[in-house]
Amino acid sequence: MATMTAPAPQTPKPTRKDYESDQEVRWCPGCGDYSILAQMQRVCADLAIPREKLVFVSGIGCSSRFPYYMNTYGFHTIHGRAPAIATGVKCANPDLMVWVMTGDGDGLSIGGNHMLHTLRRNVDLKIVLFNNRIYGLTKGQTSPTSEMGKITKSTPIGSIEHPIQPVAFALAAEATFVARAIDGEPQHMQEVLKRAAQHKGVAFVEVFQNCNIFNDGAWEYLTAREIRDDRIIELRHGQPMKFGKNLDKGLRLKGFRLEVVQLGQGVSESDLLVHDETDEDASLAFLLSRENPDLPVPIGVFRSVSHPTYDGLMKAQIDDYTSKRGKGDLRKLIHSGQRWTVGA
Amino acid sequence: MSTPSTEPPKSQRVKEVIERVTIRFAGDSGDGIQLSGNQFTLATAMAGNDLGTLPDFPAEIRAPAGTLPGVSNFQISFSEKSIHTPGDAPDVLVAMNPAALKVNLKDLAKDGTIIVNSDNFTPVNLKKAGYTSNPLEDGSLGSRRVIQIPINELNLKALESSPLSKKERDKCRNFYALGVIYWLYDRPLEPTLQWIADKFAKNPAVVEANQTALRAGYYYADTTEIFTHSYTVRKAALPPGEYRNITGTEAMVLGLVAGATLAETQLFYGSYPITPASDILHELARHKNYGIATFQAEDEIAAVCAAIGAAYAGNIGVTGTSGPGVALKGEAIGLAVMAELPLVIINVQRAGPSTGMPTKAEQSDLLQAVVGRNSECPVAVLAPATPADCFNTAIEAIRIAVKYMTPVFVLSDGFLANSSEPWLLPDISTLEKITISHKADVNDFKPYRRDPKTLARPWVIPGMPGFEHRIGGLEKEDVTGNVSYDPQNHEKMTLTRAEKVRRIAQDIPPTQIVGEPSGQLLVIGWGSTYGAITSAVENVRARGKKVSYVHLRHLWPFPSDLGEIIRRFETVLVPEMNLGQLKLLLRGEYGLPVIGLHKVQGRPFKISEIQSKIEELI
Repeated sequence: MATMTAPAPQTPKPTRKDYESDQEVRWCPGCGDYSILAQMQRVCADLAIPREKLVFVSGIGCSSRFPYYMNTYGFHTIHGRAPAIATGVKCANPDLMVWVMTGDGDGLSIGGNHMLHTLRRNVDLKIVLFNNRIYGLTKGQTSPTSEMGKITKSTPIGSIEHPIQPVAFALAAEATFVARAIDGEPQHMQEVLKRAAQHKGVAFVEVFQNCNIFNDGAWEYLTAREIRDDRIIELRHGQPMKFGKNLDKGLRLKGFRLEVVQLGQGVSESDLLVHDETDEDASLAFLLSRENPDLPVPIGVFRSVSHPTYDGLMKAQIDDYTSKRGKGDLRKLIHSGQRWTVGA
Repeated sequence: MSTPSTEPPKSQRVKEVIERVTIRFAGDSGDGIQLSGNQFTLATAMAGNDLGTLPDFPAEIRAPAGTLPGVSNFQISFSEKSIHTPGDAPDVLVAMNPAALKVNLKDLAKDGTIIVNSDNFTPVNLKKAGYTSNPLEDGSLGSRRVIQIPINELNLKALESSPLSKKERDKCRNFYALGVIYWLYDRPLEPTLQWIADKFAKNPAVVEANQTALRAGYYYADTTEIFTHSYTVRKAALPPGEYRNITGTEAMVLGLVAGATLAETQLFYGSYPITPASDILHELARHKNYGIATFQAEDEIAAVCAAIGAAYAGNIGVTGTSGPGVALKGEAIGLAVMAELPLVIINVQRAGPSTGMPTKAEQSDLLQAVVGRNSECPVAVLAPATPADCFNTAIEAIRIAVKYMTPVFVLSDGFLANSSEPWLLPDISTLEKITISHKADVNDFKPYRRDPKTLARPWVIPGMPGFEHRIGGLEKEDVTGNVSYDPQNHEKMTLTRAEKVRRIAQDIPPTQIVGEPSGQLLVIGWGSTYGAITSAVENVRARGKKVSYVHLRHLWPFPSDLGEIIRRFETVLVPEMNLGQLKLLLRGEYGLPVIGLHKVQGRPFKISEIQSKIEELI
């Protein structure tokens, strides 16, 4: 479990209302974004994070309007670049808690390069990627997470692109905190966002989020009430990987693959994999992140390990160098190297 | 400077006093030509001359040895008088191999001197350079004086007792050659001996060998009778004070450090490696104890974005690159314009388009800086005139960016960045502090409420309680900064952003005119053409003819008195290393005819090229 680093609580204890801005929220009625906004505001209030310490940075897309609706500092920037801008913010002032709010197109298409490098550097940013598998703001084109064969405005006879798996991408980029939540499961999302907030280092959270205008039911094949328990598994650190309505199914390792087993028929809980989010070796987390129709889809925290942060290392290096060399003296610097004097 | 004790007395040969010399060192890119050039420059600076240099090297890391594309040059001009350029035609060409001779011969003065390393004029090397016969023997070098020195052999002989391998001893031959030239031009050995001692301190055998090679070359020139003359260039009458020799890159870095120090604010430099701007990153990364953070980003876009993020969070945000990098940064610069954040963008221009000629200079990104983004996107644009002037310009850029809450371009170029000149060290106590004066009142804070004089909005940074607000790239409502699609508001904000940048002109000192304040011909220049234009104008004026000269540091907005000045002249000539970009801006701004003089060869103007155009017009 990552160490808790939330700032000292304000008095009186803030409420969700304190984090709502005066701007009218303009998402389509029924959009999954509303849930993410509400959970975020609750988490900020629960953790009593001072509003002035919070910065929300976003790129372009429906998700990226997010900062306008938070009564904190916010910077709505340009397409795909939020992680790079947030890196500058965090390096300039490591005391701030900086969130990057992005979508599947913003974060993984135009911004894929910045995402990769922000994750591998372990900048202490909290990245929430709203994944609705469609371009909503530009009205319905295919996105990098759209499924193969998807019919959209830009792919009228079907997409011929293989989709990216955001969690697998983040794990492959060595992200130190990787998690997944669902817009329709507010309690679980709060838990995940809270954990992301408390993680020291880069936190990547994919949220399965519905676009009821251009991709309605994007995740229903997993999240519909009647099938949800059989299609989704909640990862719990230190717990055996169980799922199903009666928690009677589990995951086991067979060779290099995962397999689903039924508990009770010669298989006991002790045969199941036990989730260890702190494992430095992310191989099992990666295996869990792979798309496989025979396996349930995990939500929760895939990985949470503690590594030095980029911004922390940058500050430490500057401080260390300064204490070794002494604080720079501009006059000395200018008057360095080989010099000569011309007399009057 | 007193004569160093390590130098032996000169033998009795004719010692001629001359006013100015231009030497070009040329050799294979592995020959240490740039190093030799820099050492000669340092020795010359210490001897008290005014000087200008022009390094010129291939973009390839190491083109095949002995071939024409592998030739690396370093030209230096030094004088007892004030000079402004590295010289037109070299008086002396030091050619370390046939390729170096072939590439540079056409530039050499008709009565110039060629000093060659004759050991390298082998059949193989002659063939590589495309010679069918040996130019040292076939009379093709015309009336030039040719001095052949078997440098390889002499160098090895001088280092007979060195414990180094033959390959390592061979490497010292550039110092041997340098020693010969030091004798010829009466340069002190001491600065270079000291440099060698410092540079190779960990390896005494290498120090010994290089120092021996330098001295041996010097003694060889002194004792043999290959030279009938040696030459002295007297000290220049430079303004009194302490000096060091400085390149544009070094001065730019010192200017950024000084700017951050004067603003008492941490500087964040985001950059992605690109020739010829990378050295700014390399140099700044060594100065982290001056409140400098450097970030080598994954690409140009991340570099500028991180600088914008840092500026938003209260740092002096700076990004440095060259033209192709600016092309990638364009959208983010637009964001900084819309968000009205301070940002400094250094463009060390190079010849383009596209990858163009990465190591060669051009001034063709002026329009890119002024208008090269989507929509009405005004920024301030500055250009340093000389290597040392990069120091002042970097400070000025930070001052304007912070005062007006705007991105500011600094247009350097490959020539300014790499060439050097003596720099009279500034008294830092006289440098004006950079104050961040536009703070807001927490009780009635609006993110886009402006300072009535500068039109700057407040620089309120995350972390300040009570000032929480949202900004972004969407159009802003006047005063509140809320998102607005109101047509009248958009027009008002567009005009306001333009006016804010225009008002920077109120901070520009009166334009200095060289020559008469009105008349027949006014020359207007900008950036690194300063030296060549100044020299050309001085030469013409010395002949009693009238021509006036204005050199612009502020390219956008123009100084407020510029239009009036232009109107006082019959003709305006604008020499530029592009096809007429300042010309276009001046015509557009003032509606007056302007004549252009253009050169796009990746090389700076020669004085003579500008001089003959001026003479044609008067």
